[in-house]
Amino acid sequence: MTTTIAKKGMNLTVKNIQAFYGESKAVKGVSIDFPANKITALIGPSGCGKSTLVRCLNRMHEEGSSASVRGKVLLNEENIYGADVDPVSVRRTIGMVFQKPNPFPTMSILDNVLAGPRLSGDRAHATRKHAEQALRDVGLWAEVKHKLNRPAADLSGGQQQRLCIARAIALEPEVLLMDEPCSALDPISTQRIEELVLRLKKRFTIVMVTHNLQQAQRVADRTAFMLDGELIEVAATSNLFNKPKDSRTKKYVTGQFG
Amino acid sequence: MAKTTSITNTSSRALSVAREWSADATLRLVLQVFAIALMAIIVGFFVQLALMAAPVISSMGVAGFLFDNNWDVAHEIFGAWPLVVGTVITSVIALIIGVPVAVSAAIYITEFAPARLRSTLALLLDLLAAIPSVVYGLWGVFVLIPTLKPIERWVASTFDFVPFIGGAVNGPNYFVAGLILAIMIIPIVSAISREVLSTVPLAEKEAALALGATRIEVIRLAVLPHSAAGIVSAVMLGLGRAIGETIAVTLVIGNAAIIGQSIFSQGYTLAAVVANEFGEAEPGSVHSAALIAAGVVLFILTFIVNATARVLIMRRTVKRVSVADKVVA
Ligand SMILES: Nc1ncnc2c1ncn2[C@@H]1O[C@H](COP(=O)(O)OP(=O)(O)O)[C@@H](O)[C@H]1O
Ligand SMILES: [Mg+2]
Repeated sequence: MTTTIAKKGMNLTVKNIQAFYGESKAVKGVSIDFPANKITALIGPSGCGKSTLVRCLNRMHEEGSSASVRGKVLLNEENIYGADVDPVSVRRTIGMVFQKPNPFPTMSILDNVLAGPRLSGDRAHATRKHAEQALRDVGLWAEVKHKLNRPAADLSGGQQQRLCIARAIALEPEVLLMDEPCSALDPISTQRIEELVLRLKKRFTIVMVTHNLQQAQRVADRTAFMLDGELIEVAATSNLFNKPKDSRTKKYVTGQFG
Repeated sequence: MAKTTSITNTSSRALSVAREWSADATLRLVLQVFAIALMAIIVGFFVQLALMAAPVISSMGVAGFLFDNNWDVAHEIFGAWPLVVGTVITSVIALIIGVPVAVSAAIYITEFAPARLRSTLALLLDLLAAIPSVVYGLWGVFVLIPTLKPIERWVASTFDFVPFIGGAVNGPNYFVAGLILAIMIIPIVSAISREVLSTVPLAEKEAALALGATRIEVIRLAVLPHSAAGIVSAVMLGLGRAIGETIAVTLVIGNAAIIGQSIFSQGYTLAAVVANEFGEAEPGSVHSAALIAAGVVLFILTFIVNATARVLIMRRTVKRVSVADKVVA
């Protein structure tokens, strides 16, 4: 039997998560809280396990061949790795935006936004009106309202990424995971996404991986520093950058390694 | 001194640029020659065949050759309609049976099969392609025809109200030929589909998964749209093979130049008639011209099939988008 994750609270609590690629352990027992309606940034040198950790939060990691996960992730007290939980419902509740914009290229802009609600058979939300709302939320409506039927591949990179965010929020998730959402974008598109993320935190709990320390300082309420598969330190963003407790954090945020 | 060096440098750079340019131009010229030669060969081949087929056209006319339902060698009447019909029927049966199997197999191998099983299955399918067609034909004669006959009889009598199903059952027939063709086109359709499916970007599959798609929905949402055009080309190649296949079909279709009542009647195809009758046709006779004309028709059929496929692919992309909007609006 499978149950659907309840949609009430929005705290995400990670308890001793370990993630493996075959035998090799990429995340080595991380415990961290992602408080509701806050933006938490994940920083750390490339290869330290940020993406892997984030992919454990919506059960994407286990889709890779020979990938496995141990530990718990609690969404509103309920373990998303519970035996009776359907990973599909987890992914509807915890949305994800990827590093490289990945709209369905041949599908129209409109169909992209509605792909989620249609999949879940949510007729109430599979409407043009709902799509319009999601597109307005990401500030894309004015740019695309005259070409909703054009394939998504026609949009610029920055527009595609906002489309992907619209597609994720059209499912009305509780949590939004973003893995370096701006790393493929130009500075202006990056700024738009940052403003958007700041607006969206009113509605979602946001976990955002970034390799850009300035970006973490601009948008994140809290910042977590990872190194070599472990969580070194997590704190309010200004504290982590200005008064790091761990010497390794200090070295990283002052640009001495990584 | 310094000046001299800089001049030398500049001029040698200019020289090397010039050399690159001329290498480029040479390559382009060579490629152009090849491309033109290729077209010339195709056109020349076609013209040559058409000339050789001329006698039958002067005696039957184009429409008469194509659409007269009367292939009578003894009376030198060559209406190829039964052969055209036989070719179309067997090819369509081959596609109806073969394509779903081939594409499903490709999807299973690329998307579902455990990594260990993957290469074994792929190898087995590829081996099917290595079997000579005469072996398929013999297998059809000695195994398929006797095994299927009772089943075909049952189907024909149970579903005799369905057009082209009921009626007498011949051992060798369109259906058996179509089935053999299906098995013969499965490896190529499947291999190319597999190739196409494996190029679907992981990013798009993950996009679907992250929206809460099941494995099947990932295929519908990300995999198929990305590979539809490629799969259509795979099917076209299969169809090309089915239309042109000779030996296997000759052995199991009955070689009767008539239009059968049902899919369980015996018939003939263009390719089979050429293979069977070429030996007995006098060189330069109307009969041999008729067989060459049959080859020309095969040539044109394949060409039409390909052109249609291309138009379909283009239309599909445009239509899908506009239909989707109407559903929502
Ligand atoms: N698909 C994979 N297969 C095997 N190892 C992987 C795979 N993806 C990532 N890794 C390894 O896991 C570790 C963490 O990677 P990742 O989570 O992508 O780091 P980050 O996002 O912080 O750059 C790295 O050592 C990387 O080499
Ligand atoms: Mg990463």
